[in-house]
Amino acid sequence: MSSVATSHDSEGQAGSLPGLSRQRLSNRAGSRSARSQGSRDNLNGWAFAAPFLAFFLVFLVWPLLYGLYMSMTGKSLTGANDSVIGFANYAEALADSDMWHSLGNTLYFTVISTVPLVVVALVMAALVNVGLPAQWLWRLSYFAPYLLASTVVSLFFTWMYNPQLGLINDALVNIGLPKVAWLNDPGVAMWAIVLATLWWTVGFNFLLYLAAMQNIPAQHYEAASLDGAGAWRQFFSITLPQLAPTTVMIVLLQILASLKIFDQVYQMTAGGPGGATRPVVQYIFETGFTGYRLGYSAAISYIFFGLIVAVSVIQFLITRRRSA
Amino acid sequence: MATETLARPATSAATPYAGRRNGRRMTPGRIAVLAVAALLAVLWLVPFAWATVTAFKSETDAAAPKISWIPPSGFTADAFVKVFQDGNIPLWTWNSLYTSAAITVITLAISALVAYALSRIDFRGKNVLMTVIIASIIVPPPVLIIPLFYQMVALHMIDTSWAIILPQVIHPAMVFVLKKFFDQIPRELEEAAVMDGASRMRIFLQVVLPLSRPILAAVAIFVFIGAWNNFLWPFIATNDGSVLTLPVGLQTIKSAYGIQYAQNMASALLAALPLILLFLFFQRQIIKGVATTGLAGT
Repeated sequence: MSSVATSHDSEGQAGSLPGLSRQRLSNRAGSRSARSQGSRDNLNGWAFAAPFLAFFLVFLVWPLLYGLYMSMTGKSLTGANDSVIGFANYAEALADSDMWHSLGNTLYFTVISTVPLVVVALVMAALVNVGLPAQWLWRLSYFAPYLLASTVVSLFFTWMYNPQLGLINDALVNIGLPKVAWLNDPGVAMWAIVLATLWWTVGFNFLLYLAAMQNIPAQHYEAASLDGAGAWRQFFSITLPQLAPTTVMIVLLQILASLKIFDQVYQMTAGGPGGATRPVVQYIFETGFTGYRLGYSAAISYIFFGLIVAVSVIQFLITRRRSA
Repeated sequence: MATETLARPATSAATPYAGRRNGRRMTPGRIAVLAVAALLAVLWLVPFAWATVTAFKSETDAAAPKISWIPPSGFTADAFVKVFQDGNIPLWTWNSLYTSAAITVITLAISALVAYALSRIDFRGKNVLMTVIIASIIVPPPVLIIPLFYQMVALHMIDTSWAIILPQVIHPAMVFVLKKFFDQIPRELEEAAVMDGASRMRIFLQVVLPLSRPILAAVAIFVFIGAWNNFLWPFIATNDGSVLTLPVGLQTIKSAYGIQYAQNMASALLAALPLILLFLFFQRQIIKGVATTGLAGT
């Protein structure tokens, strides 16, 4: 069942399990025969790992630990107060309504962006997978935006959302609807960001779905059409169930990606109007680099990290249960 | 169509990406599918089209209250000329190109080496190392910006390309992807070389790497796109105009040009062009690369 999840992945998992143990066995036999082989392996292993490990320790492990230390200090960009103050920053953050507001914005964006980013991707993949002519055209149009930098996307959409001169409001007026203050209306701005994000990144999920669909064995469909099942029936009784593991992965990856929202918001609304779209990553950025409070900012980073870890643990548990 | 033929290796004529049930008969159902797909494609192309039309307008036409797809005073490339004259787009493109290339090369080299060790060599502490690398996949880059910035200040690297490159070469998920690929290469292929007394490094370079071209390409594509488009970290690590990457440079344009819409769109299109061109030529490889590495996590 679970072997449908993204061809390449599952092939690897399924195929490598017996393969791996065989490798281990042969290797162990080899090292018993020659004692020096073991120590040479130790040396070789760490030598091969060393370059990655050096970068890993300096630019990931160290900042991660140092950030934790910073979050316990009053460190500021001006270097004023370096003393260790324990969990005071965390206590302050948990009582900081701006922090909660930005965290709420991030969660709100995650919820309202994940649904369309998964559903539209599925629809696109299903349409293309039917076997339309000119395959390259569909893939190009749906996926191309994913290749753009966030700044390009923000320039495109800020221009289209322009209240007076924008293409979208012009279209609304043409069909008799009122103009919308897309990025300036606190009730609309987040949805405008979601729309831009959907256009920008749905192509990625689309490709993952398409690859998964094309790995569903053709016999399933042949058997179904012999039984007289139509296209809709086949989609709901074969395609969707076969895609379930892929869907779980895409949803979880999308949640993790959406939680990190910063670029588009910062570029299109700068978190406005009135903080209505400011995500938590922007709040981290602002407390650190505008407010100069590095220690406090590091503490909020770790609260955010806690959220990501929680989601990742859920992901791990779900995928483990599936592959078990 | 021409690009697709170009990009397709002669051997893979049986494309896995063409629809499976290719009944070419046009039933009402197929026409409906085609219509919806076309509608979505048009919607997805509109932002490109509108940006292009705007970029080829005069600033006056671009800011005219009446929307026009064909500008009253005709199309002009003035905005592009202006952007090239005053702007830093070529410099930023070059900065993006060499930093992204450096990130890709370093990432590939160090990740393939450690992945080979994890796949093939039995050394003490291997399982711990593997666990730590996999666990680190969950560390989100935004968590690191504050301490990394502080670290870069201490290393005097702020406003240098090093600050952009070095922290971006760690991709634990890609190590995992590479290791899984190496696991599938039959050991027998290496045994002959072992008999001949070849060193680990020689086996890695001459046996394993040549067999791993597809996955190396996939990882390279994934890392390059990510580095090329990364905004947050380069934005924090650099202020100096001479080292800015394209995404960060564009952000400064937006505030500098203000309401010069044609120039804004011309800049955006010029920034978008390199990867779009790359995609047109290597569509197949890029799509395969993203599909292979995508689920490993970003």
